[in-house]
Amino acid sequence: MSPALITPFDLGIAACLILACALASQILALKTGRSIVIAALRMSVQLLLIGNVLLFVFGQTSLFLTFAVLAVILCAGTFEAGNRQTSRMTPRWHYGIAGASILFGAALATSMGFLTSLRPHPLFAARATIPMAGLIIGNVMNATSLTLNSLLSAVTRDRSAIEARILLGATRLKALEDPIRKALRTALIPTLNQMSAAGLVTLPGIMTGQLLAGMSPVAASRYQIVLMSLVIFGNLAGATLAAVLTCLHLTDERGRLRLERIR
Amino acid sequence: MSKNTGLIADKLRSERVGPVTFHVAHNECLAITGASGSGKSLLLRLVADLDPHTGTLILDGENSLSMSGHVWRQRVAYFPAEPGWWSESVSDHIADTLKARTLIEAVGLPERMLAAEIRGLSTGERQRLALVRGLLHHPQVLLLDEPTSALDPQSTSLIEDLIMHQKNEGRIIVLVSHNAAQVERLADRRAILRDGRLEEVA
Repeated sequence: MSPALITPFDLGIAACLILACALASQILALKTGRSIVIAALRMSVQLLLIGNVLLFVFGQTSLFLTFAVLAVILCAGTFEAGNRQTSRMTPRWHYGIAGASILFGAALATSMGFLTSLRPHPLFAARATIPMAGLIIGNVMNATSLTLNSLLSAVTRDRSAIEARILLGATRLKALEDPIRKALRTALIPTLNQMSAAGLVTLPGIMTGQLLAGMSPVAASRYQIVLMSLVIFGNLAGATLAAVLTCLHLTDERGRLRLERIR
Repeated sequence: MSKNTGLIADKLRSERVGPVTFHVAHNECLAITGASGSGKSLLLRLVADLDPHTGTLILDGENSLSMSGHVWRQRVAYFPAEPGWWSESVSDHIADTLKARTLIEAVGLPERMLAAEIRGLSTGERQRLALVRGLLHHPQVLLLDEPTSALDPQSTSLIEDLIMHQKNEGRIIVLVSHNAAQVERLADRRAILRDGRLEEVA
């Protein structure tokens, strides 16, 4: 079986679906019609752009180019992860923590995958590295974003509870352990849902892609198991770093809560 | 009493309070009064090293900066007027229920309170439980912010007895209260916080 080729006519049908959604949104007064169109346009431009960039990068054998593309993906992921919170720290810290956490989680999971089960040849070949690292960066980005969101809301909302522990002589990380745990649980929920539903409710995206490209279903399943394991590993690593760094920033060396650092 | 023992705050200052200088000895209670919004609670927070400040805090000759913040707060306990709770069950806050029994009785609460849910407690019950929770850690200094503001006269009397007992045991007490009669009953010395400055009353 060969992969289906999407023609301009097929893309036109996809555009009609988007317009239908926007129209339905207007009729139902959801006030999301504009957002749907903008998101669809943005997605199309981004995907067509990355398609052409990848076409060029895959044609080269440059490690520098591969990592340059990953750096761009990481920067975009950092911006997206840091941009989704209503409460934020100063931009330097907010985006710094988001970026460091995504880099940490994604680098750890991708390296682990490449050096153990996936082993592409040559190692860090663009065709394997970019989609794999991109997928993991995307997932760690969501986990980091959820962690920041949950933690920043919790420390503001539960200030008196956190201070009660500080008053009783708890260290800053001990005083913040409940919000940290809640944030990490929140960060893992989407991945856990995805893992629980995989194969039963939905076929994961990568597996679907591989099946459409003609890979054996059993081989695609094994690949997906490894991928999901790497994703949850990277998510937990990135989310944990984000939580610890955020807590350290929102307290000082005397163990005091410094909520004025949230804007 | 030697100036090397007890609690010394020297030129303690934050954005809204100070500079404030005072000394409280062991077995002594200093009452701080002042108008609402004069910064009494903020001052207690500074002494507990809960907020950034300049100036010096010394307890029995040891500078607060010579130890970690959490170690300082284990020795210098601040009891806010509205205590915080990090879990729904009282037993999550008071782990050693055996040791807590005597104190629970002393503040006029039934022992079954140790198995209660926080959300079912009145403000006064919470206030007394917070006192029990803090005293179980055996702090040397008690910074009490309106400790009986939500209590009836009978419970107030019990808490005042407990404070007197703690003082006689050698604790250093700094009491913030709007209750003039209570200040009269408990305090050895009295000071007024006015425009961020502390003025001792003869």
